[in-house]
Amino acid sequence: MEHRLKTPLSEEDVKKLRAGDVVFLSGIVYTARDKAHALMRSKQSPVSLEGAALYHCGPLIKNGKVLSAGPTTSGRMARYSDEILSWGARAIIGKGGLHSGPFKGRAVYLAYPGGCGAAAAGQLKAVKAHLAELGMAEALWEFQAENLGPMIVAIDTQGSDLYQDVRNKARARGR
Amino acid sequence: MRRSDLVEATVDALRQAETSLPDWVMSSLEEAKRLETNPVARSHLGFMLENVGIAQGSKIPLCQDTGLPIFHLVVGRYARFDFDLRDAVAEGVRIATKDVPLRPNVVDPLTRKNTEDNTGEGMPDVIIDTVDGDSIRITAFPKGAGSENMSLVGMINPADDPFDFILKAVEERAVNSCPPLFLGIGIGGTFDLAARLAKRALLRMPGSSDIEMDLLRRINALGIGPMGLGGDTTALGVKIEKASCHTASLPVAINFQCWANRSASRVVR
Repeated sequence: MEHRLKTPLSEEDVKKLRAGDVVFLSGIVYTARDKAHALMRSKQSPVSLEGAALYHCGPLIKNGKVLSAGPTTSGRMARYSDEILSWGARAIIGKGGLHSGPFKGRAVYLAYPGGCGAAAAGQLKAVKAHLAELGMAEALWEFQAENLGPMIVAIDTQGSDLYQDVRNKARARGR
Repeated sequence: MRRSDLVEATVDALRQAETSLPDWVMSSLEEAKRLETNPVARSHLGFMLENVGIAQGSKIPLCQDTGLPIFHLVVGRYARFDFDLRDAVAEGVRIATKDVPLRPNVVDPLTRKNTEDNTGEGMPDVIIDTVDGDSIRITAFPKGAGSENMSLVGMINPADDPFDFILKAVEERAVNSCPPLFLGIGIGGTFDLAARLAKRALLRMPGSSDIEMDLLRRINALGIGPMGLGGDTTALGVKIEKASCHTASLPVAINFQCWANRSASRVVR
C-alpha cells in the first residue's frame, strides 16, 4: 500500500503503516548522524522532535542547494534509538535498519534506497543548518521535503521487521 | 610529462567517477533488474538506475558519500616526470572537492577534525604499479564508508573453509553495505597482503572463474537482496585474488563494495 504523509507525524499516521508499505513524505525533515546524535545526548536537541522524521543523512550541499542526500547506515546510531523516539520522533529514515524494539507502539523505520543521493536531492530543499559547527556532513540540517521517497516501511509499530525476516531466511539458507 | 596534466586528469577522472557509473556496472544492474523476481527488489534496482541518470544529467554526485580518494596509477617504465606523483594527485583532489563538488569526508582518525579538502595524512591513497610504456594511466576509485566499514580480514584456521567464512560474513554484513554488492576477495599472503589483494580484486572486477561464479551463486541464494530487503540480487560480481601463504596460515580478506561501483580512468602522456 502507498501512503503520502506530511510532517509533523501523529501517532495515528504511523500506526496505520505496515511493513512493506511505500511512503512518500512531505514537510520538515531533520538530518542527524554520528556527531549530532552524540551532541543531542550530552546537551539537548536544538529542535523539537515531537512528531518529527529524523533522517540518517550527511548531505552534500553547495551554496545552500542540496546536491546529493541519500541515507547513511543507521546501525551506527542504533545506541540512540530509544532516546530519539522517547523525544517524540515518529519516523527514522535511513538504510540498513535498527533494532525493532524501541519502535514498538510509537514509530516506524523508513528505508530510503541507499546510494540514491542525486534522486533524493531533487526532493529536498535546505531550510537551515543547526549545529553548523559540526561541518557539512555532520550538521543537523532542517530540510523541506516534497514527496521524499519511495521509502519502504521496514519496521512498523507492531514489531514487524523486514530486515529481520530477510536475515532469518538468509541464516537458514546459508547452512 | 607535465604536472598540470596529471592534476587535470585527476580532477576529470574523479568528476566522471562521482557523477556516473562505468558501462559494465550499469549493464549488470540492468541485467539484474530484468532477472529479479521480487517486486520491491526490482523497484529498488529501477530507482538506482534512475538515480544514476539524474546524476549524469545534472552532473552531480550520484551518492552524497563521495568517498575517500583512492587512486590506482599504472606508470609506464619510460614515463619521465620531475614531480611527486602523490602530491599532484592530492592537488587534483583539492580542486575536485571545490569544483565537482565533493563532500569533505577526510578527518584525523583521533581528533576527528575535518581537513575540509579531502586530503590528509596518507590521503589520497595512491596505489602505484609499473608496466611497459611511457604514459600514466590514473583510475579514480572513490570508496564510500558504508561498504568499506563492513570489510574485514580473517586469519582463519587452514582447516576451515574460506568460502564458508566469506558466506557467513556476507550474510551478516551485506545489509549495511548497500547491496547488490561487488566483492573483492583476497585469499592467502599475510594479514595486510590479503587486504591489499582484496582491494586490487575490486579494481579488476568482474571475475568469471568457476570458483568465483560458484561463490556468487551461493551468495545470491541467501536472498538478502537490494538494500537487505529481500530478493534474488545480493551480489553482482565477485573477484578473487590469491597469494601463497604460510603453511600455518589462511588469511581471508573481504572488501565490500556497494552497488555504486564508481571508477573512471584517464591517460596522461
